[in-house]
Amino acid sequence: MPNLEHPAYPAATLLHLESLVPCRESQVSMLLSIFGERQQFSFPSIFIYGHTSSGKTYVMQTLLNTLQLPHVFVNCVEYFTSRLLLEEILIQLQNSSSETEQTSHVPCDNFNDFVRLFKQAVASRELQDQTLYIVLDRAEQLREMEANILPAFLRLQELTDRNVTVVLLSEIVWELFRPSTGCFEPFTLYFPDYSIGHLQKILSQNHPSEYSADFYAAYINILLGVFYMVCRDLKELQHLAVLNFSKYCEPVVSGEANERDTRKLWKNIEPHLKKAMQTVYLREISSSQWERLQRDDGEPGQLKGLSAHTHVELPYYSKFLLIAAYLASYNPVRTDKRFFLKHHGKIRKTNFMKKHEKTSNHLLGPKPFPLDRLLAILYSIVDNRVAPTANIFSQITSLVTLQLLSMVGHNDQLDGPRYKCTVSLDFIRAVAR
Amino acid sequence: GCFVFKPSPKKRRVSQKTANNFGERKDDSEDTELRFVTCQSLWNEIKSETEQIQEDLNKQLFDNLVSFLRRSHSEFQEKTTEWTCRMKSKEIPTAALVLGVNVTDHDLTFRSLSEVLQNNITPYIALLEAKDCPGIKNLMQKLMGQLMNCYIDVDSLEDEDYVPVSQNRVRCSMTSLINWYESVTKKTDSETPRKKRTSSSRHWQSPPVVVIFRDMESFTTKVLQDFIVISSQHIHELPLVLIFGIATSPMIIHSLLPHSVSSLLCIELFQSISSKDHLSTLIDKVIAFLNRRSVCELKHRVLTRPLKADLSEVFEMESVPESCGFWLCIVEHFYSQPLSVLCCRLVDAKKRVDSLSHNQCENIRRLPSFRRYVESQVSEKQIALLTTDSYLKEIIQKLLEDLHVYHENYVSVLRCLHVFTSSLPKYPLGKQIRELHCACLEDQVWETEEYESSLQLARMLNKSDLVTMLQQCVEIFVSSSGKEFDKTVEKLKEFLTQFQKLEAEAFQEQDVSVSSQKELQKKTDLYHLQKTLLELKESRRSKKLTKFEMLRFEVVDYIDSLVRNYLVPADHKTLHEIVYFNTASVLREHLNAAPRIALHTALNNPYWYLKNQALKSDGGTISNKAPDICIAYKLHLECGRLINLVDWLEAFSTVVMAVEGPNADAASSDQVDDIIHARFIRAVSELELLGFIKPSKQKTDHVARLTWGGC
Repeated sequence: MPNLEHPAYPAATLLHLESLVPCRESQVSMLLSIFGERQQFSFPSIFIYGHTSSGKTYVMQTLLNTLQLPHVFVNCVEYFTSRLLLEEILIQLQNSSSETEQTSHVPCDNFNDFVRLFKQAVASRELQDQTLYIVLDRAEQLREMEANILPAFLRLQELTDRNVTVVLLSEIVWELFRPSTGCFEPFTLYFPDYSIGHLQKILSQNHPSEYSADFYAAYINILLGVFYMVCRDLKELQHLAVLNFSKYCEPVVSGEANERDTRKLWKNIEPHLKKAMQTVYLREISSSQWERLQRDDGEPGQLKGLSAHTHVELPYYSKFLLIAAYLASYNPVRTDKRFFLKHHGKIRKTNFMKKHEKTSNHLLGPKPFPLDRLLAILYSIVDNRVAPTANIFSQITSLVTLQLLSMVGHNDQLDGPRYKCTVSLDFIRAVAR
Repeated sequence: GCFVFKPSPKKRRVSQKTANNFGERKDDSEDTELRFVTCQSLWNEIKSETEQIQEDLNKQLFDNLVSFLRRSHSEFQEKTTEWTCRMKSKEIPTAALVLGVNVTDHDLTFRSLSEVLQNNITPYIALLEAKDCPGIKNLMQKLMGQLMNCYIDVDSLEDEDYVPVSQNRVRCSMTSLINWYESVTKKTDSETPRKKRTSSSRHWQSPPVVVIFRDMESFTTKVLQDFIVISSQHIHELPLVLIFGIATSPMIIHSLLPHSVSSLLCIELFQSISSKDHLSTLIDKVIAFLNRRSVCELKHRVLTRPLKADLSEVFEMESVPESCGFWLCIVEHFYSQPLSVLCCRLVDAKKRVDSLSHNQCENIRRLPSFRRYVESQVSEKQIALLTTDSYLKEIIQKLLEDLHVYHENYVSVLRCLHVFTSSLPKYPLGKQIRELHCACLEDQVWETEEYESSLQLARMLNKSDLVTMLQQCVEIFVSSSGKEFDKTVEKLKEFLTQFQKLEAEAFQEQDVSVSSQKELQKKTDLYHLQKTLLELKESRRSKKLTKFEMLRFEVVDYIDSLVRNYLVPADHKTLHEIVYFNTASVLREHLNAAPRIALHTALNNPYWYLKNQALKSDGGTISNKAPDICIAYKLHLECGRLINLVDWLEAFSTVVMAVEGPNADAASSDQVDDIIHARFIRAVSELELLGFIKPSKQKTDHVARLTWGGC
């Protein structure tokens, strides 16, 4: 295992850092060597990518905080326009320089302003030529802002002529970022997924003070055995570990087993975890409900999950409308005559063909159909006469707002609107019953 | 609009608060004001009552929600540093409020919800609608606007120095929201000791911020996702609670949000009662209410009509009586029936009878039910009734009283019958009391097949059920105000005591049968065995009518007689026209708007709406005095899918020129007049606007017809 070594920083700090970022030592040392010493110019832009919860944000934050490097940390989802983003960077810069006086809010509309204001801010901060790090989390959002934002950030060092490094954090690869006009290529760094061993190590690190580390590690081992197949998200696993830990401890607390009795404990917790996988993990029931269940020792069966409530109550004609829409979406137009007319002539024996059609139609998904066809089918499937009243039309609209139907094409197209049926066969079966 | 046909004076009248229009229809303008006032007071009573009912129905749901909200941020309050709390990833507490498609009015529900929350939990509530939030930016703007305004609302009376910040100057970001929240909570913190804990004492130190998404389905996925991701990052600083208003099913959460986002939420489900239950409780209560107040028994008949329609056809979405139907019934009744003056409390009605004018008396004499009554009297009385107003009034008072008593009894017996029928298998007479009610009003209920079969079933009830039912019936009759039921109650109680006696006897009988069984076991001889078996069988057959069964028959027959006595349909009662509204066809016309049909009538037969004598035509012909668009429309009806514009213009000008007749002969020869041309173009473009035709690219100078059903 590579120990972190760098001449610019004291060994104690590095050691502390290493304990904070388990399983990411190689990435950290790589970053440290790119960063160099405080006053040295670093690479203008660094692009770090890796799967969800592979520690990108956490590592960057701990690294910058522990080594006390000057930095600005911004989440691009939160600051959803370029203006908000740039202003936020400037505000963070100003606040860290002069915490006592509230600097007035400076509007910053474009990148040109930003560069100018940025220079001022850096000058006022007296950084003693230290490298300033701007970390942009969830950088994929940058692509949706103005076209110049991303290339400009990549070249910020050059544009401002200051000692600054921009770090982009993202879950997707650099190739998806690259603008068509070309740009400065950042240094890309990949954070690989944690392996099961890594997960075990990280999760075991934060054991509760009441119990020994070994005991907790054994618990984590069981937990991973159940959940690793479906979930490798560290955050989620951590959450699940905390939720179910009290159940694991139950035999120990009641004195039925001691901490070493792993087999007994495993027997106790395993079915419980499996249940958790089907409910809490899928957010069928919320974690607070789960905790309450644990406390009251109730059966999770009493609590119905979200998916259990699939029944949708619809007005009488809406049901027929929906069924008609489904038929219109999945039947080809030419079969209408055969299905919905009383005297339709002979049905040709094309059984093989029909079978083939049916399967493919369901695989192909719903097809759009015009309003008139929907109404025609409606009239033929409803037994008694239906007048095309305003009610029917308004119910079509309300079905669209409920997202059971969807409108194809533009909203403003008044003549001949076309719809699609977006519900599944099971749903229609339930409605038709 | 949808109600193009039948100019309905309802709204105008109500808004003007004058009763002038009330009498405009017929020349009998008597008592219009009185009628109007009665109508309004009645309506107000009903309205307040239904609102009360609604509130009660929602109470349970709201209580649950409030307790959820209280729970949700208790950790935030305590700032616990326990291991579990430290380690757990903080989720946003979320309430998924499933209201159902058919439920009355979501707007109303949400308004009362936010009121409740405001009173109990937090002053910081934002209600977001999908149509206001096409993007995350709009959402944040809306959210902040609502939150910061609500702050001003709450404290506006107390702080004069608070300067409202203009929306533009505030940065639309979560940070400014958090800053705002901090400043607000700090302010109340510092203020509370000074002030005598007024409004803030109801809330906690840091009340949660509640964000309600009114129509979850219509929000775009991206907006919701972004908002949730952003707010989850600041959940430590800003105690946020989300409420999703869902119309369909909670599955929509999973289909809208990916797992990575929904894992940030801590969703609990709250379901409002289904609309059917809602409706039936409402109707039961309203019936009970009308009974209690005995204001007027109007519109029962009619009540059932729209309700039937509601349930089976269209209106389920908004089937509160408030929604048009009920209101319309009342208004229509008071509007069209001059005698509805008498439709009020019995005491008032008697007074009003005294002051009836001669005209009104004539009106009464004209009522079919009254005529029937007169015909059944002896001849002197007939003359007196038809000529002497004072005598007539006397009789009317008596009849009204009868009607009143009838109604009181009716409701009690109806409930009693419902007790019986509602527990029968397959519910031949319906599960809900309203279905029974409909059946009884429709016709003589005892003549129907369903009634017959339900009686049959009732004769097979077991004892314990029967006893509990009888007890319920006794309760109903005791609580009812009808005077005639003393005997009935006695009779029913007698039945009950008989049942109890039977129980005692039953024990003995059991002993007998057991002994015979024993005898059976003793005899091993085949002949004897056969004999005893036969005997046993015989005795069983004859025993078929045990005392219990006899009694059961008696009970059922008694109920049957009650039904025959009291559940006579209202039509058979004299003067029922005064209180029962019966023209459901008018209602249907008002409620089931048919825009296409209305449009067609308007264009095809303009006389229908314009009432201009010149436009009266026999149907087939096209009058040249009709508006241009009507002519164009009629001509286009004769065409196929594609219409040649030139031909159309030709036909149009021919029809229009006919007005000028012979003197314009010369002009019409070859060239179409410019003015007519312009009129034609205008008519065609109007038709295009109405959606009957559209320009076609298939053929030049042709337009395509959009309405189907053409040749």
